[in-house]
Amino acid sequence: MDFSVDLIWRSLPKLLSGAGLTAELIALSGVIGFCIALPMAVARTARSRLLRWLSGGYIFFFRGTPLLVQIFLIYYGLSGFAWVRENELLWPILREAYWCAIIAFSLNTSAYSAEIFRGSMQAVPVGEIEAGRALGLSRWQIFRRILWPRAFRMGLPAYGNEIIFMIKSSALASTITLMDLTGVARALVAKTYKPVEVFLAAGVLYLILIYALTFALRVIEKRWDIRRPNPPVRAEDAGPA
Amino acid sequence: MDLHGFGPLLLEGVLVTVEVAVTACAVGLMLGLAGAVAKLSEVAALRWLAEVYTTLFRGLPEFLVVLIVYFAGAAVLTATIGGGTYVDVPPFIAGSLALATTFGAYATEVFRGAIQAIPQGHVEAGLALGLSRRKIFWRLVMPQVMRYALPGLGNLFLVLLKDTALVSMIGVSDLMRQADIARGATRDTFTFYAIAAVMYLTLTAITTAVLARLEQRANRGVRRA
Repeated sequence: MDFSVDLIWRSLPKLLSGAGLTAELIALSGVIGFCIALPMAVARTARSRLLRWLSGGYIFFFRGTPLLVQIFLIYYGLSGFAWVRENELLWPILREAYWCAIIAFSLNTSAYSAEIFRGSMQAVPVGEIEAGRALGLSRWQIFRRILWPRAFRMGLPAYGNEIIFMIKSSALASTITLMDLTGVARALVAKTYKPVEVFLAAGVLYLILIYALTFALRVIEKRWDIRRPNPPVRAEDAGPA
Repeated sequence: MDLHGFGPLLLEGVLVTVEVAVTACAVGLMLGLAGAVAKLSEVAALRWLAEVYTTLFRGLPEFLVVLIVYFAGAAVLTATIGGGTYVDVPPFIAGSLALATTFGAYATEVFRGAIQAIPQGHVEAGLALGLSRRKIFWRLVMPQVMRYALPGLGNLFLVLLKDTALVSMIGVSDLMRQADIARGATRDTFTFYAIAAVMYLTLTAITTAVLARLEQRANRGVRRA
């Protein structure tokens, strides 16, 4: 078999632009997913049974079905309904593969992240929350200043893994015609009939993307290490008397 | 709900999905065990090889691995044993093998952790009893490994079950592919994907229940606090 290094170099610019779209999809759906995950995690532990039940069902569905099914349900499934196609607000979004991918990725990652945050919120020692109550903090203040910072730090390793998994699943964007890294690679293979070279190059780019992120996460985890001693308390930290 | 007679086809798809999952799991478990033993080996070359394996296949998208095994596999086979004719890798084999490779990379880490969780004293006890290294591994270490590794492996299997949907993209007639065909034939887009989703949910629920039973069995005789 003739292995063409030259082809790898020639396809690199196209693959890099695909990697750009991959990064864009992940960044956007990562942010949206995070914004859904947080209230979802809180709803999972809410006192209202209805909220618990609803968030539980949401998480069960999105964690229990393949991402591919979710993508196709949104992209092909929803467009099958006449009322969706006739809706002036929904249709401009749902007819675009780009937005369908963003929606599917966001919902999918939010379900996994919500479970991670729920777990880490429940792992915060009760005493710390009671301490907040004893200080007369409001429920929101306790959440904002005690519960969430502690929970986020504890959940960070698992959440980092979830981001890594999201990069890997983003390859499915190519199934609905998007030209992400995998999409570009598939198109190049179809054109050149050189799957070994093209997929090898795409694979290396994925590995770079994923291990760069792994490294960055390790640095962040170290910086926010809770075992590190706190800076000494100064008088002015107490605020105006 | 009108299935337009596609019900039996969907059930056939479920069967294929389960077949892919079980095949990939069986091969993946062997890869994982071999990988873990290699990672803990005294031979540096084996440790290095296992490290490369897990680094590569935990970092590559499962979908890309499926495409690589299917398309690149065919290209390599055609060039080597084809003798001028195009040689195809059967989609079922390519898909199962690809998913097994990823499963094996993650299983390597699970098994490694489980083997390392076994107190050194147990191995020493085996040595003191005059057991051979092989016997110590299969009779002493492995039964305990299953107990430690089962939760991790269970999670991996649940991930694998959902990843099987990827093989529909290379032409395996699994549940996802059958839902796709039914959608194309009936133009009833939402219903068939929704049915597929419910079927995957059912498979997940059944698996979860089976895993709970297996864990119970693996933990028999273990004292609980």
